[in-house]
Amino acid sequence: MKWFGEGPTRTDAIRGVSLDAYFGEMLYIIGPSGSGKTTLLSILSGILRPSGGTVIVQDREIWRLDDDQLAEFRLHTLGFVFQDYHLFPRLTTVENVAIPLILRRRPWAQAMETAFQFLKIVGLESRADLPPVKLSGGEQQRVAIARAIVAEPDILIFDEPTASLDGETGRRIVEFIRTKILSPARCIVIVTHDPRIAEFADRTIAMEDGRITGIVERAARAE
Amino acid sequence: MPSLFTLAFKLLVNDRAKFAALIVGLTFSVFLMVQMLSMFSGILLRASSTVLNTGASIWVMDPAVTTVANSIPMPDYVLDAVRSINGVKFAVPFYSGGALVKLADGTYQSVNVIGLDDASLFGRLPLVAGHIEDIYSDNAFIVVRDAEYNKLERPTVGTVFEINDHRSVVVGLAKAPISGLFGIPTLYTIFTRAIVYIPNPRFTLSYVLVEPKSVDRIPQIQAEVAHLGYRALTAKQFVRHITHFYVYQTGLGTNILIMTAISFLVGLSISGQTFYTFILENLERFGALKAIGAKARDLVHVILFQAFLTSLTGYGLGVGLCALLIALAKVRLPDYSSIITYTNLIFAFVMVLIIAGISSYVGIRKVIQLEPFDIFRG
Repeated sequence: MKWFGEGPTRTDAIRGVSLDAYFGEMLYIIGPSGSGKTTLLSILSGILRPSGGTVIVQDREIWRLDDDQLAEFRLHTLGFVFQDYHLFPRLTTVENVAIPLILRRRPWAQAMETAFQFLKIVGLESRADLPPVKLSGGEQQRVAIARAIVAEPDILIFDEPTASLDGETGRRIVEFIRTKILSPARCIVIVTHDPRIAEFADRTIAMEDGRITGIVERAARAE
Repeated sequence: MPSLFTLAFKLLVNDRAKFAALIVGLTFSVFLMVQMLSMFSGILLRASSTVLNTGASIWVMDPAVTTVANSIPMPDYVLDAVRSINGVKFAVPFYSGGALVKLADGTYQSVNVIGLDDASLFGRLPLVAGHIEDIYSDNAFIVVRDAEYNKLERPTVGTVFEINDHRSVVVGLAKAPISGLFGIPTLYTIFTRAIVYIPNPRFTLSYVLVEPKSVDRIPQIQAEVAHLGYRALTAKQFVRHITHFYVYQTGLGTNILIMTAISFLVGLSISGQTFYTFILENLERFGALKAIGAKARDLVHVILFQAFLTSLTGYGLGVGLCALLIALAKVRLPDYSSIITYTNLIFAFVMVLIIAGISSYVGIRKVIQLEPFDIFRG
């Protein structure tokens, strides 16, 4: 659980939430604004300390780690794609992709080489030397994806990946994630309220008022 | 260079407008600080030029003397008394006074006249023209060929002019390592002639120059001179004494200090503000880095690297610009009194490090307080 504030100003952001996520699955967390999905995502990814409860990732209770250990955990286990991408406008596309490797102290040339390979995966190798501002929204999203996967993390966290994209581009991006990025050794968690991409989820967790209100399996949805 | 610093470097220099603003601000600030301090150092060095050029180990003087130029004449017995102090190897008289030279075109030029001990000529400068023994010939003077030399219409050996209505003959030209402060030429002659050419009160002895038998005798010599009612200072102490006077008793030091402080604040405000804006603009991305897994100390290293890189670049450019301008000024104005000392450079370096420290502190605080959760909240 997580609450903000104390006493009469206390607001419960999430309450009694319990869920599992598995490798090889694409897990959606959906819900209206203020339902607590971003708070849940932050707690799952070791960014926001819960007021109570625990998060276990690969048999490790992450909220027992100190700040530096948590940063190490995020760097080595998680990959993030933020809603607004948060790409550095003064760096080239390939340099942006290489950031997680640089934070892992990889030599610059080696980091650039690896980043370029991942730009190829997302089909943007021809844009490697351009700054992100010269790219379209969809292309920027793919750069953010390349950055998230460049260090080959086990878990990928997507925050509203289609929020800034038109319907068709959003669909193509999520399809790309489903077909090219998801693997049996990787878990993808996506926070979204975009119904157009619902078909790509293995499981969808619906939230409202800080609680889980439903879990829909892919097979059940297909029926 | 570690890849994290390469990243920091690219983030900094690729934002050309801000990088240029930072560099210009810091360069300007360092230039002003070094220029002020260099001017002050030049003034102080020239204020002590007679002490440094003469090369005496100990100077005996009236206790009220504040600078070498405003000597207070002492009675002749002081010379004998000093010579009789145990530990004194030798002691000679030294005269310093002002006179008027009448030039060939009828105009007058103020000069400083130095009278050296007749027997030893202790404190004389190396000659670039003429022979030193000619100083004993009638009316002989040696002109110091320094920055003020041209004011005497470039005299040569054999040039005749009047000093205080006395006929004078230039018998040599000397080279002085350091020019005087007050922009007037310097002439050398023997002590006995100097006190004849220049009107004096009852006493004529400006200073007694002393050479001790050994350095460890200096405190005892100083004590015995003090017992006589006079003051004995080593050359270093005398220079410090003169410096102290100019710094604390003329207002010069205060003005230079104010100007230096203003230069520091100019640099701090430009650098601090620009750097803060730079951090603010990238704050969300720093938050994203934190979320990705950058530790707070990684980001602190990035910011410190950027702050110190800009500061050191600004420092180098500022010092270089100052050196260039001083060199150019000295081509046009030979008596331009600015000198860049190691102390000045170290002072400016410390100031620029403080600027870098304060500028980066603001950014570091902001980044450390930043919660990566805010990135998800948008």
